[in-house]
Amino acid sequence: MFTPHTEHDVEVMLKRIGVAKVGDLFEKIPEAYRYPKLNLPPQLTEMEALAELQEIAGSNGSTQDLLCFLGAGAYDHYIPAAVDNLLQRGEFYTAYTPYQPEISQGTLQAIFEYQSLLAQLTGMAICNASHYDGATAAAEAVIMAYGHFRQKRKKVLVSRAVNPQYRAVMRTYMQGSPELKITGDEPEVGIDAGMQAFIDLIDNDTALVMVQYPDFFGRVIDYKPVIDAVHAQGALVAVAVNPTALGVLTPPGEIGADIVFGEGQPLGIPLSYGGPYLGIYAINDELLRKLSGRLVGSTTDVEGNLAYVLTLTAREQHIRREKASSNICTNQGLMALASTIYLTLLGKHGLQQVANLCYQKAHYAAGELTKLPGYALQFGDTPFFHEFVVKTPGKVDHLLEDLRGYDILGGYDLGQDYPELEGCLMVAVTEKMSKNDIDTLIDAVGEVSHD
Amino acid sequence: MTEPTVYELTVPGRVGFKFPASDVPQVDLPAGFEREELPLPEMSELDAVRHFTRLSQLNYAIDLGFYPLGSCTMKYNPKINEVTSRLAGFGLTHPRQPEDTVQGNLYLMYTLQEWLKEIGGFAGVTLQPAAGAQGELAGSLIIRKYHVDRGDTQRTRMLIPDSAHGTNPATSAMIGFDVVALPSDERGNVDLEALKSLCDDRLAGLMLTNPNTLGLFDENVAEVVRIVHAAGGLVYGDGANMNALLGVFRPGDLGIDVLHYNLHKTFSTPHGGGGPGSGPVAVSEALLDYLPEPVVKIVEEGDDETPPLFGFYRPAKTIGRMKAFHGHFGMHVRAYTYIAMLQQEGLRDIAEKAVLNANYLMHRLKDTYTLPYKRTCMHEFVLEGVWKDVPEIHALDIAKRLMDYKFHPPTNYFPLNVHEALMIEPTETENLETLDSFADAMLKIAEEARTNPELLKNAPHNTPVRRADELKAAKDLVLCCYPMDELQSK
Amino acid sequence: MEYPKDLHYLKTDEWVKIEDGVATIGISDYAQDALSDVVYVEFEPDAGDKVEAGATLATIESVKAAAEVVFPVGGEVLELNTALADSPEKLNDAPYGDGWLAKVQLDGEPDLSGLMDAAAYEEYCKGR
Repeated sequence: MFTPHTEHDVEVMLKRIGVAKVGDLFEKIPEAYRYPKLNLPPQLTEMEALAELQEIAGSNGSTQDLLCFLGAGAYDHYIPAAVDNLLQRGEFYTAYTPYQPEISQGTLQAIFEYQSLLAQLTGMAICNASHYDGATAAAEAVIMAYGHFRQKRKKVLVSRAVNPQYRAVMRTYMQGSPELKITGDEPEVGIDAGMQAFIDLIDNDTALVMVQYPDFFGRVIDYKPVIDAVHAQGALVAVAVNPTALGVLTPPGEIGADIVFGEGQPLGIPLSYGGPYLGIYAINDELLRKLSGRLVGSTTDVEGNLAYVLTLTAREQHIRREKASSNICTNQGLMALASTIYLTLLGKHGLQQVANLCYQKAHYAAGELTKLPGYALQFGDTPFFHEFVVKTPGKVDHLLEDLRGYDILGGYDLGQDYPELEGCLMVAVTEKMSKNDIDTLIDAVGEVSHD
Repeated sequence: MTEPTVYELTVPGRVGFKFPASDVPQVDLPAGFEREELPLPEMSELDAVRHFTRLSQLNYAIDLGFYPLGSCTMKYNPKINEVTSRLAGFGLTHPRQPEDTVQGNLYLMYTLQEWLKEIGGFAGVTLQPAAGAQGELAGSLIIRKYHVDRGDTQRTRMLIPDSAHGTNPATSAMIGFDVVALPSDERGNVDLEALKSLCDDRLAGLMLTNPNTLGLFDENVAEVVRIVHAAGGLVYGDGANMNALLGVFRPGDLGIDVLHYNLHKTFSTPHGGGGPGSGPVAVSEALLDYLPEPVVKIVEEGDDETPPLFGFYRPAKTIGRMKAFHGHFGMHVRAYTYIAMLQQEGLRDIAEKAVLNANYLMHRLKDTYTLPYKRTCMHEFVLEGVWKDVPEIHALDIAKRLMDYKFHPPTNYFPLNVHEALMIEPTETENLETLDSFADAMLKIAEEARTNPELLKNAPHNTPVRRADELKAAKDLVLCCYPMDELQSK
Repeated sequence: MEYPKDLHYLKTDEWVKIEDGVATIGISDYAQDALSDVVYVEFEPDAGDKVEAGATLATIESVKAAAEVVFPVGGEVLELNTALADSPEKLNDAPYGDGWLAKVQLDGEPDLSGLMDAAAYEEYCKGR
């Protein structure tokens, strides 16, 4: 099927090699272990495989059939048809890393445009060709800051309102550096929007302070006081962002962030049950030499024509080996391309429009939901973007289960990650939800709450 | 030829995509947070489509021709993968959906875990790592935690052969291990004497790529594993080259403790212009509890009437979470589709034809190019891209000249232990005519090196751009393009 | 390829020149040639730091490679050639002149037993 060899081809080839049979090529493999019997099912044709996979996929409930008010790090946005159509060009998706610039200008220029668009969107000087996802980008920010101060500053402060998965991943990554303390997200420091308890922890042993914008709860917080306090101690600030929100909100680059990173999935990448997504990673230019991951730069060829190449490669693992600051090799090439096409199609007006729609619809939903008896916004009048936290009168898991009876994914049960938010539901609303959809949610919540 | 950037194509006022107008009452944005400038492109949908289509035409790709990039396994990526991974039930499921609404996803992940266990001979598999390098990180953290839990905190030494991928030492250093380079012997195997001399109670383990990056199966692999285990170390298998072993040999049977797969190499998920990859990690029985969370398992056995119930669990001594959510699920669907169409019979055929193709090409080229290790190769082989009689020609020149013949060059200057290396991996999906035309081009280039060396030194001649000034790129850094009005104001 | 006679060399291609208790350190002509065009130099210590022989002095990045440079002798770092930040090409143009990397105040008589003289280093390079 995927091997084209005829019997005659095999004969010709074996003759040239000078062995009698294909098995002779494997004689260095210890004989006792050669050709194991594998306990695997019989092989399928393409028709059969498709039927099987359709059946498996069909047993899921997808956002095509369910109203999705789930967010918490991944968002159900509309993806223009042109995005996936262009991604499916074999010239893009069956190429590899553009190590040979002469025959990779398409990939290289697309990455260059990605770097440009994301630098503009985040308000930063430089953006790399991407990390795996928002969570690993968070870990790379920790590694970068720790290395920036040559391991002399031994504290990383991360807000409790940063996505719990990001915080988990950075701790996984830093296990081999036990002298580095990752702290600031303990329950006693809390999640108060004023952040004074958190700011008080910043000292001259702090390498990095990490916050999220909008934060994990969807809140839009003014980080200027945090950033000023961090810079007063000579430390670095990393801000996790939702790129859609930056269509209407001031980018962190404008208020002094040193690193801006985040989950790029909202920019034209399907939910796909959690991956592959896109790790946005942008920095100010002083951190360039500590930047990990690929970078594309423009130059000229021998005839003086504009050309794009991978540049500053001497930072990377394939050259620096054990001296490299990160082991990352791939980037999320195709996902970065998806977001480049998405941002180009939407452009200035489209991104503003989608961000605005998310904002308006979320506020309508919040307003309606809190009219129901027993429902109230957990964080009062703190501004939020397209996700908000409501205190519910009962148990959130029961509520969510009841809503599934109405084909609604009602949101995220925050008690799973935050014991102090037991009974709180987090609801995300994107442009895909019509007023009618939102009213359906409100009506359903109203009905099941009376039970 | 030059394609303008998206900013150069921008004409203020043009719109490429329009959302429906808001159907809810309008509220103001939060005061003090309103963004002033949003410097993004403005162009029509057709202009955008043409721009990206033209960019795609500046690329070389597997769908266009032979791509023998050693160590990257540039095999055909079946089109059906792109259909199955986009089925609404997969592509449109939210990662935070309740488990009972995504039993199909969990069944698929569980089954893929089981298949990867069986193919490699292991006790457990996590699908979470995002790429091979992240799989290495997960595997190395597992080894580290295993030693730490046993009180062996002094075991921080990781042995890495000189032919290894750069990610091996980079990963080890990242988690605080001391990297010790291990030399190869004259047959390209791990040097056993050197290995023995480095095995003491500081040994954490050995990272072994087998077949190695020379394309050679280590003739002493059983002995290597025995020596490392006897010294209390663990053996990490870099599965980058598993394509040579499918259905033929299971690393786990020989006692390899941890191994990562590259779904984008061995199991046909697309390389995507540099990613996304996917790097599941397989472990032996003793390391099961250390797997990164979450792993899929059967939480309730089924019977004739009802299917089993699948769910996530957190292994008891887990190293933690490697990334958000559950790994590159879209790649899991593609790999599942591919394996379902192959299974025992097809997998073995893959390995056999990959090895047959590589040996055939090697035999066609070995009298014209120096072959440093004269042995039967596995899925790839390494030549020296340099000749004594034309010292001005380098591997790079040969690589660039191949582009004029419409081939993607082999990997060059890797592995580091071969002078002017050209690393050639044809893969199993190429037919005899393609292999022959590539070999003919390589032989012709060897001739040209003598008769008209300038042809090589100035190659490529007919590509979208010619050799680029990498020094200028690194010194006069330009990493972004800016909107036109900003350019004009400068 | 130049091998100035008044310098001492390390196997890892650093040179050191001792004058009035001060050691000037750089990389050899052979090393700059092997690295090709240098684009970036990053110093490890700061001026004023005490360093021992073998400690990392700098990392040098070229277009295709990265190399670590060590101190051939120990002492107090008097001066680092920070001009290389703006013009790293000096390392290629004048490895024994403007491309020097560091000056170190020696504690006493330095131990030069592990270093080669110009003739031995030249012989060593030709054998590579």
